Parts: sequence; C-alpha cells; structure tokens
Amino acid sequence: MAGSGTAHLRDPGDSLLRMEHLVVEFPVGRSGLKVHAVTDLSLDIADGETVGLVGESGCGKSTTGRAMMQFPKPTSGSVVFDGTDLTTLSGEQLRRTRTRMQMIFQDPISSLNPRRTIGDIVAEPLNIWKRGTPAEREARVDEVLDAVGLDPAVAKPKRPHEFSGGQCQRIAIARALVLEPKVVICDEPVSALDVSVQAQILNLLEDMKERYQLTLVFIAHDLAVVKNVSDRVAVMYLGKMCEVAPPERLYDAPAHPYTDALLNAIPVPDPTRLPDAAGRLAGEIPSPVTPPSGCRFRTRCPRAQDRCAQEEPQMRRVDGDHYVACHFPLVDVAGSRGDEPEREAVATA
Amino acid sequence: MARKKVVLTSPTAAGDKLDGPLLEVEDLRTHFLTPAGTVRAVDGVSFTLARGETLGIVGESGSGKTVLSRSIMGLLPSRNVVRQGAIRYQGHSISDYSQEQMRSVWGTEMGMIFQDPMTSLNPVMKIGNQITESLRYHLDMDKGEARDTAIALLTSVGIPEPAQRFGEYPHQLSGGMRQRVMIAVSLACGPRLLFADEPTTALDVTVQAQILDLLHQQQRERHMAIILVTHDLGVVAGRTDHIAVMYAGKVVEKAPTSVLFSEMRMPYTEALLNSIPRLEDSSHTRLKIIGGRPPDLINPPTGCNFSPRCPYAQPRCFTDEPPLRPADTAGHEFACWYPVGTPEGTKALEDNVAAGVPAAVLATGGEPALADQGASA
Repeated sequence: MAGSGTAHLRDPGDSLLRMEHLVVEFPVGRSGLKVHAVTDLSLDIADGETVGLVGESGCGKSTTGRAMMQFPKPTSGSVVFDGTDLTTLSGEQLRRTRTRMQMIFQDPISSLNPRRTIGDIVAEPLNIWKRGTPAEREARVDEVLDAVGLDPAVAKPKRPHEFSGGQCQRIAIARALVLEPKVVICDEPVSALDVSVQAQILNLLEDMKERYQLTLVFIAHDLAVVKNVSDRVAVMYLGKMCEVAPPERLYDAPAHPYTDALLNAIPVPDPTRLPDAAGRLAGEIPSPVTPPSGCRFRTRCPRAQDRCAQEEPQMRRVDGDHYVACHFPLVDVAGSRGDEPEREAVATA
Repeated sequence: MARKKVVLTSPTAAGDKLDGPLLEVEDLRTHFLTPAGTVRAVDGVSFTLARGETLGIVGESGSGKTVLSRSIMGLLPSRNVVRQGAIRYQGHSISDYSQEQMRSVWGTEMGMIFQDPMTSLNPVMKIGNQITESLRYHLDMDKGEARDTAIALLTSVGIPEPAQRFGEYPHQLSGGMRQRVMIAVSLACGPRLLFADEPTTALDVTVQAQILDLLHQQQRERHMAIILVTHDLGVVAGRTDHIAVMYAGKVVEKAPTSVLFSEMRMPYTEALLNSIPRLEDSSHTRLKIIGGRPPDLINPPTGCNFSPRCPYAQPRCFTDEPPLRPADTAGHEFACWYPVGTPEGTKALEDNVAAGVPAAVLATGGEPALADQGASA
C-alpha cells in the first residue's frame, strides 16, 4: 500500500480543495538528508464534504493539513482552492485566502493565548481584517460564542485558564468560525479530551458544519471518531495514501492490509469481544528519512511479496468511490493481476 | 539470552502467607488542603484485589483515579494532604509505613507505569542504567548480573537489539519503545502489583494494542496483579477481571467486567459507554452526550454527585446520597437510587423525558437547545 496515483480524484469541477502530487520535505540539520513527510499525495475535497484523514503518528497527516494552508508551503505539487492554486500565491494574496480556511488544533488550552480574554481572542481575526463596525464585530463574536454553546456575557471577560479543555476547544472553534470560513481543518480536535467531552465536541462540529455550511478536513488517529464525522475517509501511511473510501465501505470491507490492521487495533468496549493478538500489526512506523522502497508499508505488511519492494502500488478503483493502493488487496479489485500472494499470507479476517 | 525468565524474590515477601487478597483498600480518603478549600480527590474508596487479577479503574479527568493509585503507592506530596483509611498489602497495613519503609515496597512489591513515557524516564540517563538502578539497590546484584538481567528484561518487553539499546538515551527511542522501557523498569524487581496509569493514552492505536498485549503477557508469566487506570472503557473491556467506575472521588459502580457491561446499574456508567463513538454505527450518528461537567470537588453537590448531570435524577437524588449497595450478581455493587434496567429506573427516565429535563433529553439522543449542552460556565 501506501502508493501514489490520482485515480481516486474526482472531476476537478466538483472539488473545492484539490491537492495533486503534494510533496513536503524537511531538511535534517545540515546533513543533506530529508524527512519525506508527504510524498506524492493527491486528495480532493468536495464542497460541503467532511474528509477524514487517518493514520499513525508520523504518517504525515498533520503535515498534509498544514500544507493545505500553505503553512509551510509544500516542496512541490499543487493545492487548488476554489479555482486558485495556493502554491502560486504569496504575501497579501495568500493572507486574504487564508481567511477562508481556518484550523483547529489538538491541544485547546495551549492554542489560546493565556494572557488575553476570550472576547479578545475570538474578536482578533475580525479586528485584523477590520470587518464591519466595532458594534457589528461585537455582535458577531456574541453570535459565534453562542453558537458553540458558551454564554457570551459570561465567557468574554474570562481567560483560557478559567475554562476546561472541552470549553477551550469550543472557544477555538468559535475563533475559527468568526471569519465565516469555507474550509476548517481540524487537526486531532478531540484526542486530548475525555470521551464524554469528545462526544460533545464531535456533535458540536456536526452542528457547526450544518449551520455555517462548512467543508471539514478531519485529521485523527481514532478510526471510530473519524467514521462518526466523515463522508469520505483517506488512510495515510508514511507520507503516502493507502486507501480512500466512503466510511461504511472502508469499515465493512477494508481493501488495504494497513486499514485492516488499524481497525483490528481499536479497543472495543465490549468484554465478549476479546482482543485478537493474531492480526496485530508488529513493529512501528519506519523512519521517514529513509522510507522503504516500493510500497512503504511492506516492512510491516503480512501480505508483502518481492514485488512490493520493487514496485510502488498505484491508486486503483475497488468499486464505486472506493480506491486502494496495494498490489495484494484484501478484496477483489477489477483488472488487478496476481492478487493472491503465493506465500501463505496471514489471513487477516 | 542468558536468563530465560527473571524470577526474583523480594526481601519482604519471604514470610508472607499466599492466601488472602493481595491488596485491601478500606474507606480510603485523600483530601488536599488548598487555599480555596479542601479538595476531596478520593472520598471513601474500598476494594480488594486478588493475586494475578486485573482491576480496571475508569473515570473522567478529575474523578480521582490517579490520586487513588498514588495514594495506595504512598506517592503523595508531603504537605497539605490528609490520607485516611486502611491499605493492607498481603496483610501488612502499609498505610502506616514511613517513606523509609515504603522503599522496600516500591519496585519490589509494587511498580508503576505512567501515562507519558516521554517525561517519566530520566532524559539524561541511559535506559540500561534506569533499569539496573533498582536491580542493584533492591536485589544487590553486581554490575554484570544487573546488566544481563536488564538486557533479558528489554528482550522480554519486545525491544529489538536490546544490548545496543541498553546504552542509549530515552530521546533515541519512539514513544511506544519508551513505554516498553518504562514497563521493563517497573517490572525489573518483580513486583506483585503493577499500577498502570493511562499507560497507552499517549500512544497510537496500533502501539496501544501492542502495549496492552505486552502487559497481559507479562502478567501471565509473572502472576502479577494489575490496576489499570484509564478513561477509556474500550481499553478495560477485554483486559480486566473487575472494573470500578469512579466519579467525583467515589466508586459508583464495581463489578466483574462482563457483568458491568451486561448488567450496568449506574446511570453514569451507561452514559460513559454511550458517549463512545462505535465503529458499528453509521457515519454522522449523533452521539449521546453527558451534559454538564464533573462536580467541583471542593463543594460537591448534596445528594448523589452525579445528580446534576443524570438523566434518571429524581428529587431524592438531590438530597440523599446513595450508598454503594450489592446488586443481584455476586461482586456487583452500585450507588444509585434509580438504577438502570430496573422498573424504578425506567420510570424515572420516562418521567424526566416527558418533563423535558435536559440531561434526559440529551441521553436519549434528542436535540436540546445548544446553550443547555453544559458548556456555559
């Protein structure tokens, strides 16, 4: 898995945000080596859609989210937002575009300035862009705070430390929404929260999406959370795309061995379903400085063959809107050759 | 490897009888004296733990689950803390032990692994030395022997190239590997009881599964008891014998694991389970949430602590505190006046839904006004 290709992209006219052949590399000190954080990744997001981006730490999902914002600019590839290639923009033009794309981060408490009041924090984007009169800004701040479930009169004079983690995440959401963005990139917005609070924030994001007609990019490592919010899920591994599918498809019939392993690893709150160590993924994600040749997942893949080391799998259609990049997928793929590995593969049920 | 199994006897264990529970905790209270008032972090917790058993302690942040395990270990700050109640370990009352006496318990009898493997290892000490430190101190091993044992331990916790890793520093390892080292450190002197405080919360799901498998395997090999502290009911479901659910410093439900999931009585346990997104549910399923926030532990509400957020709450719940009482199944206890799955509980919930009580509407998946979702401070 973990391959390249653009077969899974839809008609350019349908996408609000479209990344093609995105590459993000970071230098390693002065050694001349590079961290290959994202390598030849393509993904498109339709207007009003929620796309979930899933993978382990270090798979490049946050880097992808930030590359969408040109934060930093990708090494190569294009990011087309609403007809404009953001990678060609700079300075003032880019700043103007960013008002329509906002981010929400993992740690809600440290993403808010501890010395400023909630009113200031949420109003700042409006003040920077001098939107409307002061009274109109005030009204707008009140509106978004109310929308995220906070009482504006109570919340505005307080500072972040007076709020719990869940409430800080609500404030961060209010700040992201205040400029009426089109796209909100949520980078692990609930992974620092308790389950009960997590449920509140997930419901809130769904409400906000409906109320403000948002398009969401939802980055997370928890597949159950991603399934709950997404219309389309993209599984990443070591800077590459493994599988793209509607959530029901992905969970009922995963085609990529990595997706299957991720699903197997989820702890189920049901004592009658005992954890199954047989299908467990061994080892850890390899270094992105020297990624494996061919398919990047092959070093941990139970189905890996010689071919996986030599040839990088390309994205191909399983059926409908379900795409996979794997030489030996778990489900039949039309037009594939030599699907069954000769060696007795570990039967990942 | 040189040693197949690291079987170690601890100095205090020699004369202990092997029957009876390993750990008994009776009415344990840990209160912190702060300028704002007394924080009742642990408020009357009792349980027993048999040898080789796993107890899961589940609760939200601030429910007192971490303070409970630290209280038992005697790892509380020395000032402004009041700890009351009895802690008996293999029949010895360790609640009266001084810090000096506790040294013979730490490491050899009780070990602990923490949530954050980044900060719980010493960053300027080679990982090998972090393991041999306790071996040399407690078991009086010489350098070579301790080194061999440490390498055997690193092998048994699944660290590749253990001899090379022995001389490396924590920053050279990944999060999952550091947690494995942490497990090796805490298992070094062969404790009979291991506290695992959110051992996998900082890790990826795939690594989480590996670490939980590793703990289970080590437990079987060593016949060690584990207290697994977590906020995730998914983590404890397949891995524990008993579960205690904590809320606001108290145990509100306690049962054998399978009984807890099939016959839960406490509305809080039910709410906690319902708020987890399930893989089986279709996308965009509205999650059933627990409105409101955990109570202030300085001024807990009168009556049941959960009553302000409880979908079943009736007038009595706001005035009388329910005691922990036994359920039909042996070993199952709960603290609730209107338990889930009983006629009185069902009626209470129906009445509340009919009356439009926000907590009840939320719990049944309804759509209350946004401002009622408990976020307004």
